[in-house]
Amino acid sequence: MIHDIAILGGGPAGMAAATEAARAGARTVLLEESHAPGGQVYRKPVFDGPVDADRRAGDALRAALAESGAQVITGVRVWGLGGGPLVAEGRAPFVLTGLGAEVSARALILATGTHERIIPFPGWTLPGVLGLAAATILLKAQGVLPGRRVVVAGQGPLLYAVAAKIIAGGGQVAAIADAATTYEWAQALPRLFARPDVLGRGLAWRARILGAGVPVFSGARVAEALGEGRIAAVRINGRIIEADALCIGHGLVPATEASRAYRAVHVHDPALGGWVPVLDADRRTSVPGLYAAGDGAGLRGAAAAPASGQLAARAALRDLGMDPVGRDPTAAFARAARAGAAMAGMMALRPALVAAIPAATEVCRCEGVTRAAIEEAADAGAGTMNQLKHFTRCGMGPCQGRMCGEAASALLAARRGVSIAAVGFATGRTPLRPVPMDAILGDFAYADIPVPAPAPL
Amino acid sequence: MGCATALFLARGGMKVVLLDRGEICREASGVNAGTLTMQMTRAALVPYALRAHEMWMRMPEWCDGGDVLATACPGLSVAFTAHEAAMLEERAIARRAAGAPIELISGTAAQAIEPGLADGVLLAGHCPIDGFTSAYLTGRAFRPALLNAGVVLLENTPVRGIEGHFVLDTVAGPVAASRLVLAGGVWLQDMAAWLGVSLPIKVLINQLVVTERLAPVMRSVVGVASGLLSLKQYANGSVLIGGGWQGIGDRARGGIAVNPEAFLGNIRLAAHTIPALRDARVLRAWLGLEAETADALPVIGPLDGVADAWTIGSVHSGYTSGPFMGKILAQAILGQAPDLPLFPMERLSVGGSMPDTGRVGEQGAVLINGH
Repeated sequence: MIHDIAILGGGPAGMAAATEAARAGARTVLLEESHAPGGQVYRKPVFDGPVDADRRAGDALRAALAESGAQVITGVRVWGLGGGPLVAEGRAPFVLTGLGAEVSARALILATGTHERIIPFPGWTLPGVLGLAAATILLKAQGVLPGRRVVVAGQGPLLYAVAAKIIAGGGQVAAIADAATTYEWAQALPRLFARPDVLGRGLAWRARILGAGVPVFSGARVAEALGEGRIAAVRINGRIIEADALCIGHGLVPATEASRAYRAVHVHDPALGGWVPVLDADRRTSVPGLYAAGDGAGLRGAAAAPASGQLAARAALRDLGMDPVGRDPTAAFARAARAGAAMAGMMALRPALVAAIPAATEVCRCEGVTRAAIEEAADAGAGTMNQLKHFTRCGMGPCQGRMCGEAASALLAARRGVSIAAVGFATGRTPLRPVPMDAILGDFAYADIPVPAPAPL
Repeated sequence: MGCATALFLARGGMKVVLLDRGEICREASGVNAGTLTMQMTRAALVPYALRAHEMWMRMPEWCDGGDVLATACPGLSVAFTAHEAAMLEERAIARRAAGAPIELISGTAAQAIEPGLADGVLLAGHCPIDGFTSAYLTGRAFRPALLNAGVVLLENTPVRGIEGHFVLDTVAGPVAASRLVLAGGVWLQDMAAWLGVSLPIKVLINQLVVTERLAPVMRSVVGVASGLLSLKQYANGSVLIGGGWQGIGDRARGGIAVNPEAFLGNIRLAAHTIPALRDARVLRAWLGLEAETADALPVIGPLDGVADAWTIGSVHSGYTSGPFMGKILAQAILGQAPDLPLFPMERLSVGGSMPDTGRVGEQGAVLINGH
């Protein structure tokens, strides 16, 4: 069966897009990697956790999705992309291949969310150092503390969300190191008044943190994580702070693997988190039939994501000759996106953190490529991310460049004296995630392998 | 091959400018499987491949330290069926006649050489002269030597056409030269057309797949009799799966996407041959474009009907033979006798040439990679 509209990713943008599409009568399918739709912010807990504002918002989106008639396939890791423009001639239905499922659709909405940016520092690969986003998964989905005495560091609102949740869960926050200054936060605040709910939640986090007497270092960075075999302490502003975990993140980066693989046109926009597909006002990419919604198309936050998903679904419906039935979400998106833009600004890449990476620190942890090796390659003629990959193997490992790409491209660009846009990004490739061979090989007989004709002798 | 030609021309005393529409060695030479094997090389090219194998192994010595981590190891080509065994035997005999020291051995003997090999091998070709490189390092390896030899590198400089004898119309302005070498891989066809020469080139869209790092699962280069598999494990533990299964793409768009059936077929063949690969995870698949003439033999020599213009390319298993091919073309252009004969395109009997328009220009030779 060929669906009308497939949605890749079941966060708020994907859920709302699928709901909008199915309500209008489109044969709709949503593919989600985790056990339930929800995404990172509205993640459905696996335990009977507290019902907070996020949980209520997520439950409402899930309920609407369930009622919409959209087919929802969860627990499927999509690794293969095909169809669309990736055919010998013309275009074809999009094909998404996952472990355990394959779907085809005339239109595809990418709602793939983000991954975390971590700018390396000495000790960042020690066990016990984890991302802020990873910490939120532990806290939200599993109800597990990342450590007993935790340093929380980096930038953006996740910093305070994680710290507050650790305290609420009974853990101790040893310190917060916020790369942003209080002045930067003050600059961002006015735009948050557009979303009093978001602002209110942030103030509640802040109150809980201050109430717990947690030292907050503003305009500070983690100079080093210390420990033998696992983290024991963190150095901030010359002070050694004992800790058994460090939760650190330097913002979120749109996950554009799929739009890259479909060869959509991308642009580097720091205010949207980095590389994003070029979109028209209705969220069409440069590839006919391919749309992008939510933070994966540019950071505007979970609150703005449902409206962006609806916009993408409505464009897809119209392009397929169908009529949307819901209300026009344009105004709702614009309002939520204003607050989201302020938060995106707080999560943007900070060149000062990149400049502070010591020469001997590994930037690409999969392949052991240090800052010095990247700069040596730049001096030896590597001018693009694809070339850097060839020169050093940076980004060739299991993370496929997701972990190192941000820091590596900033280092390469700085060394070459050009913009990050000028060094480009590594070409999108199949598989989208490392895929176990055993899971895709299946049972086969040697004689059934369709070996092509041999080359001439 | 463009880089090798440029390097040996410059060392031979010519003023050389090397143009590439992208960066050097970012197409076939940088993305191929890096196999240095006699058992996938066409019999007619075996003498060339043997000499090139030696060059790859000693690359730092002749390339100013440039290194592609060439590793020598035995090579095996295996047959699982009677049909494959017959093909293997026929091909081994022809290649041995051409100078490749291939012996036919039993499956048990092959497993002694390659303990990772599956059961069920009926017959294997064993060639002690085999090996592999990390092909992605090729551009980095050539660059310092080219610059040291005085080659002017004009990268990211697409050529739009050629006027006269020879003025290249490039995005960076005109470049003039008295001699011209076209080294543009699958784009040779378009480049020859700039000079009014018809040189039909078929485009192969070869698929490559690489796994994550694994504990050692193999220690040789392994293929199958049909040539549709090449397998090797690098020092870092990753296993590269090649063999020339075809992806989706064309000359204009390059490699577009892996063909799902070819992807599955290729990795099934790999896992059938080295069973431990079942436990691997696939990290990445990509495509590289290979050129093929009507008779699948190289075009290395004068461009038909255009004085002082030369071509180099369309060499089957071209990476294996590449540096030696560049060397012999440079010898011919420099007026020396090549170490081995060239492959002039006149045998392809295509017509069409431009009138000789006389010489302009300053550069001794212009090499064009890509277009």
